[in-house]
Amino acid sequence: MTEPSIKRVELDYTGSERLTMNMGPQHPSAHGVFRAVLTLEGETVIDVDAVIGYLHRCHEKLAETLTYAQYPSIASKTDYVAAMTSEFAYVRAAETIGKIEVPKRAQYLRVLVSELQRVASHLLWLGTWCMDMGGALGGGATIFLYTIRERELILDLFESLVGARLLYGFFQVGGVRYDVPDGWIASCRQTVDQLDRRISEYEHMLEENPFFMARAQGVGVITRGLAESVGISGPLLRGSGVNWDLRRAEPYSGYEDFDFTVPVETAGDCLARYRVRMVEFRESLKIVRQVLDRLPEGPISSRPGLKSVAQTRIPKGEAYARVEGARGEVGCYLVADGSAKPYRMKWRGASFSNLAVLKHIIPGHKVADIVAIMGSVDPVFGEVDR
Amino acid sequence: MTVDQAKALIAERFSDAQVEGEMPMVVTVPPDQWLALAECACDVLRCRFFSFLTAVDWKDQGLEVVVRVDNLDDNVSLCMKTRLGPGVTACPSIARIYAGANWMEREGYDMFGIRFEGHPDLRRILLPDDWEGFPLLKSYAVDTPHPPYR
Repeated sequence: MTEPSIKRVELDYTGSERLTMNMGPQHPSAHGVFRAVLTLEGETVIDVDAVIGYLHRCHEKLAETLTYAQYPSIASKTDYVAAMTSEFAYVRAAETIGKIEVPKRAQYLRVLVSELQRVASHLLWLGTWCMDMGGALGGGATIFLYTIRERELILDLFESLVGARLLYGFFQVGGVRYDVPDGWIASCRQTVDQLDRRISEYEHMLEENPFFMARAQGVGVITRGLAESVGISGPLLRGSGVNWDLRRAEPYSGYEDFDFTVPVETAGDCLARYRVRMVEFRESLKIVRQVLDRLPEGPISSRPGLKSVAQTRIPKGEAYARVEGARGEVGCYLVADGSAKPYRMKWRGASFSNLAVLKHIIPGHKVADIVAIMGSVDPVFGEVDR
Repeated sequence: MTVDQAKALIAERFSDAQVEGEMPMVVTVPPDQWLALAECACDVLRCRFFSFLTAVDWKDQGLEVVVRVDNLDDNVSLCMKTRLGPGVTACPSIARIYAGANWMEREGYDMFGIRFEGHPDLRRILLPDDWEGFPLLKSYAVDTPHPPYR
């Protein structure tokens, strides 16, 4: 007897087959363009493959074509939610190689805008994350509208300082571009006082909401070992029990002059990351107040009126400069060859490393938890994809 | 652990290593010692925090891989470098030691075409899979056309 020409394939169906599902690239919880290819068993995630790069503009190649004077305003387009910090990292790297002095007033202004930026960025994080998780007061966009309302106050301050609300171009090698206008300090104080009161309001709204607590507590735990090995930083790292804040560990731009505490939580879950950020709100406002009290007189740049290409040259050398951004360590590795443009520039985006942890923490959770975890990681895709 | 102790340990274990600087301490080794250096950095120097991995294209002199790791308890920073040599694109992968190197090495492959040997999943990360060429190489022109825009 000959073999039958049709081959029969037995499907081993046990009712628990795995399903591959795309989450994104247009999923609202990603707050950007991000695709997660999930392998599911029912509602439980078995594996996740993160697909990034939708917003890739090759900043690193672009930086090689722009002078040290031109690039800082482009740098803000990496992390567009905290544009001030990315400009900061770039100019610090250039200043380190060129051994360029920054006047005290400029240093303090840098601290001032960085801290206001951190508050603005955390406000956006809190609003969007809580909206994803069902918000406060039983769901909906309540808290989102509250935090956006407050964020506008900070953007108003930035607008009257630099003329732009999202991408600033405030930093330049050797100092800052703009000094505070008349009356700005008074309105800044007023805003800071207002924000301080609001933060307690959010805490009451959220922490007395059992749904919020159930979705955040014990979800997406990152251990200390994993946190360090992946290289996550900022509130995520401090939420996993590591007392590491660049403003404290390697103070720059006069941070050593200010009094603030670095919050550390040990649970490593979404709630721990939330708690760290809630304390950071207040600490940032505290630093802003101190800067406003002690803002020294003097020039705002050591290289004012920089116009020609020849003036922007930076000697041969290399440096890695990092600052504590809203999302963690924002770093710029710069290799200078003595010309007016960098030979090589590498962005170390905090969000890129923070997002890489998803593969390690999501498996085992339900699909709905991905939304809570993603939000607590607070990625900005401009910075992930660069 | 202090920087001096770290320097002494490196000098003892890696005779070919060039060590310079304090913050960070820059250690350059040949590619065949790359994996051993990364292991030493993680286990002995306890630089467990993985900051970044990248590469620099030195044109005729070939590619250089650069890694930055930190010891967060003692505040010791280590910058590890290796020169792959002209025309060489193979480099040992350290993704087994540092989980963060997984994505960064994929980016290194995506942008420079470096083949990280032993990487569990080496494929493009930021660019589409059908992209031709490696954009951060100095030989890749900024205005290189790419389909479908050719």
